[in-house]
Amino acid sequence: MSLIRAKGLSVRHGKTTVLQNVTLNIAAGEIVTIVGPNGSGKSTLLRALIGAVETHQGEIIQKDGLRIGYVPQKLHIGPTLPITVERFLSLLCKVAPKAAKSALDQAGASTLMQRQMSDLSGGQFQRVLLARALLGNPELLILDEATQGLDQSGSATFYRQIEELRTSLGCAVLMVSHELHVVMAASDRVICLNGHVCCEGAPEVVASAPEYRALFGSGTQGALALYRHDHDHHHHAHDHKHEDA
Amino acid sequence: MNFLDSFLMRAALAGLGVALAAAPLGCFVVWRRMAYFGEATAHASILGIALALSFSTSIFAGVLVVALLMGWTVSVFSGRGYAMDTLLGVIAHSALAIGLVAVSLLQGVRIDLNAYLFGDILAVSRVDLAIIWGGALLVIALLCWRWNALLTATLSPDLAYAAGIDPRREQMVLTIALALVVAVAIKVVGVLLIAALLIIPAAAARPFANTPERMAYLAAGIGAFSAIGGLQLAFLYDTPTGPTIICLAATCFALTSILTLLRGSNS
Repeated sequence: MSLIRAKGLSVRHGKTTVLQNVTLNIAAGEIVTIVGPNGSGKSTLLRALIGAVETHQGEIIQKDGLRIGYVPQKLHIGPTLPITVERFLSLLCKVAPKAAKSALDQAGASTLMQRQMSDLSGGQFQRVLLARALLGNPELLILDEATQGLDQSGSATFYRQIEELRTSLGCAVLMVSHELHVVMAASDRVICLNGHVCCEGAPEVVASAPEYRALFGSGTQGALALYRHDHDHHHHAHDHKHEDA
Repeated sequence: MNFLDSFLMRAALAGLGVALAAAPLGCFVVWRRMAYFGEATAHASILGIALALSFSTSIFAGVLVVALLMGWTVSVFSGRGYAMDTLLGVIAHSALAIGLVAVSLLQGVRIDLNAYLFGDILAVSRVDLAIIWGGALLVIALLCWRWNALLTATLSPDLAYAAGIDPRREQMVLTIALALVVAVAIKVVGVLLIAALLIIPAAAARPFANTPERMAYLAAGIGAFSAIGGLQLAFLYDTPTGPTIICLAATCFALTSILTLLRGSNS
């Protein structure tokens, strides 16, 4: 059963084409990871799916009444805005203390309820964002570089938690990540994006695909490969701009 | 309604109304770093005053229209090659300059510009009072109605989109509220000090608030205290009322800041 489907999606920022003819389909309960170099449109794709970016062409079809839990890439809450974790979790609809507590437990942030959001560390902050997304009992969890600012073991733990959540809640997960080696292990399906869908499939299939190797090199050190790849694959016509990490 | 016969009572009620509406809005101004936006809207309202005088309409209407126009212009042009503060600087100061020139060209009208720049709270009439409270209640109602959506859009536009809230619409709500507050506050503190009435109570409330709501209530309390207290001090010492109100608010800010520093060094 398809939860969300994008067909022939194109997005432009001004005159720059960020996404071109992207088609994807997320089925219930699967973990799909989008990988791609900086500026490849990963975040834009997620933001288009939640309706934050205007699409130029194509369409997005959601299952009726689809409940999406969205964990944004980075969210800066400055010290001018006082807000406790408890209040943040009840942002749009009042949440019972018990539900808030159990969401924090699930996200691995049990002890943070009364803390100020601006005092949290990067990892704690992401967990609270995850807890907030879980409160809506989502069928689809969308995470945009959720482990930014976490060290390697921290992000490995985070992804393990996502996998456990998928098992316990039965929700599908769509996420974007830079950390190829970590993500590859946790995903059912990987979509390699570079303005367009370069290749997709099971992690091991994608890892050995020539398009993927052209982008990331053949080593497992994906982060290193991001520096090295030189955008010389000419199998598509559009003039997508790349930036190195 | 005999008690409205006293100009001091009318002044106190006018100050209270503006302070109560400005405080919660001021919190959003502080959270969203819109301080300059507030300042710019207030300055642009001089053009509204000039237009109102030349068309013989109410100052309130003239200011409201110009403030809304400015908000709309800024939102249309922002993100198109100009930084927000550049855009605001251009529009606000142009409007201010055009307004000042227009006022000087008005024939047969001798106006006391001081009254508009610094407020004239002691001259508040019953009609003014009705307009001030009407506008203030409208702003409070608007903010209460959109509170959670505004807060979400302030925390993260993307979170808002994901929850089906359009952050651009919430920005518009704030622009409208800001235009209303500027329009009703001119009589009370004047063009130059409106932004202060928005920002200072909110900033003074910040150290003692742990939730957004608490900050808004505290700011309202500090604003109301400054308005009433400032009015009495001004009467006692024969000082200009608007600036005295702001001085009292600034004193509150200084006190809460010092208390925070002391608390911080103890722990």
